[in-house]
Amino acid sequence: MVATGAVAGVGAALVAWPFISQMNPDAAVLALATIEVDLASVPEGQEITLKWRGNPLFVRHRTKKEIEAAKSVPIADLKDPDARNANLKSGDQATDVNRVVGGKEQFLVMMGVCTHLGCVPDANSSLKEFAVLEGSIKTGGWFCPCHGSQYDTAGRIRKGPAPENLAVPPYKYLSDTKIVVG
Amino acid sequence: MSGSSKYQPTSPVGKWFHERLPIVAFVKDHAMDFPTPKNLNYWWTFGGILAVMLVVQIITGIVLVMHYTPHVDFAFNSVEQIMRDVNYGWLIRYMHMNGASMFFIAVYIHMFRGMYFGSYKAPREVLWMIGVIIYLVMMATAFMGYVLPWGQMSFWGAKVITNLFSAIPFVGDFVTTWLWGGYSVDNPTLNRFFSLHYLLPFVLAGLVILHIWALHVPGNNNPTGIAVKGPQDTVPFHPYYTMKDGFAIVVFLIFYALFVFYGPNYMGDAVNYVPANPLSTPAHIKPEWYYLPFYAILRSIPDKLFGVIAMFSSILILLALPWLDTSRVRSGNYRPIFKGFFWVFVIVCIALGFIGSKPPEGSYVLWGRILTAYYFIHFIVILPLLGLLETPKPLPASISDDVLAKAKLA
Repeated sequence: MVATGAVAGVGAALVAWPFISQMNPDAAVLALATIEVDLASVPEGQEITLKWRGNPLFVRHRTKKEIEAAKSVPIADLKDPDARNANLKSGDQATDVNRVVGGKEQFLVMMGVCTHLGCVPDANSSLKEFAVLEGSIKTGGWFCPCHGSQYDTAGRIRKGPAPENLAVPPYKYLSDTKIVVG
Repeated sequence: MSGSSKYQPTSPVGKWFHERLPIVAFVKDHAMDFPTPKNLNYWWTFGGILAVMLVVQIITGIVLVMHYTPHVDFAFNSVEQIMRDVNYGWLIRYMHMNGASMFFIAVYIHMFRGMYFGSYKAPREVLWMIGVIIYLVMMATAFMGYVLPWGQMSFWGAKVITNLFSAIPFVGDFVTTWLWGGYSVDNPTLNRFFSLHYLLPFVLAGLVILHIWALHVPGNNNPTGIAVKGPQDTVPFHPYYTMKDGFAIVVFLIFYALFVFYGPNYMGDAVNYVPANPLSTPAHIKPEWYYLPFYAILRSIPDKLFGVIAMFSSILILLALPWLDTSRVRSGNYRPIFKGFFWVFVIVCIALGFIGSKPPEGSYVLWGRILTAYYFIHFIVILPLLGLLETPKPLPASISDDVLAKAKLA
């Protein structure tokens, strides 16, 4: 009895697995997982949104002012002190340079997916003033329209319900102005 | 009811069939002769209304599937084709769309009726808990159905709600990827939601059978909350309640038709007539009206994980309601203090719905938090204490006595 029951139980578990696994991303979805981006086409102070793995990918050519604003923030002021950069190891500090590639600080490449519930944050233009960084600059960064999370000019969470900084995807430079994401 | 049936087939064919499958006797016992308290008011007609709405949703849904295409490139246009080209497509889609809202209006009235008259108390705890599960499956079904037209609200509603699971510690990201079948809400997500949206109404139908089975073991509760003591307290279900329910169903269908013909988009969101765009979130996203109180609870907690826990708890706490309410008197009619708190609770639920429809700014945030706190205090503090502190009014000797006393007053 027990042996029959045990065999039947193991058999049921083995048969269940394909039915669970079929819901995971299929081979075609996985195959679409890399894109190349030409950074020369992004003027300073502008941002482009691309689609990577079905999600928006932000590529921003930051101004000097934006970079300095992000650098001036002490780590202790950050809600999430982890860099959330797939190219670094987890636990690295969320300094401005750890959010980009050293020497290429002007190009911020990150997911446009709010870490709260997945909406696309809006870039704050210099025309729209948001109090993103209380007590420092009033412009720049990103604001999520769904539940009001606010990110600074390095895409780090500063205010609102989102728990983490915007994720930096795995990417590397192929040439001086070209990257491959994924 | 147990015991031998009163049904006695007279024809030879009837006898032959009865000996092989006594289904006629079963229907006669449960849908016609079933002894039902004779004092049920119109709040008791919503069970029948809900059964009709489930059938309406299944029939209109099966027809819509004949014209709908579950693919990200075609879904939105196929719904527009149903609206413009398919013969009476506009009518069938508006019936289905507004039918969902009517289903929730009826279920909320049905649930509040159960709460006021203490229908969840012994011996009806399992009946109540099956009802809560039906409500949960209804919410999942309606959520997946709303995704199918693949408009902006469909897409972003799906994204936000599935992202709730990413709040689960450690495995959250794997769970969301598994639910989506990709790295975002996309074609695989639409396909599986379509499959499940077709399946779940039949699961609901099965649960409804269990719900009625669990109802027919103790029999109906009634406005006095006291148990049936004998045949003088009951009338047969048919014709008394088939007629009363039938009348209520017709009135409810008139209310439903008013929306279908004169305000088909009143309860919807205009933004869902914009095709889904995964790269742009609409400025104000909010769920359908029937989820708004729970959405308000989610947003009232400033932490992602605890917000999600609070939202799910606000529904799951209903499963514990039979044990949280310590009063042995069922009906709110005989509980003077409970009656007041009941109506405060109803208003709090409606107010939470209002807060859920507003952006999370300014005083809406504070009010959302106060109302969320009260929602849980009602279940965890007020109901257990009331049962111990309140002095109920004297109960009538029997259902029949109560009916006769009321008749004399009139």
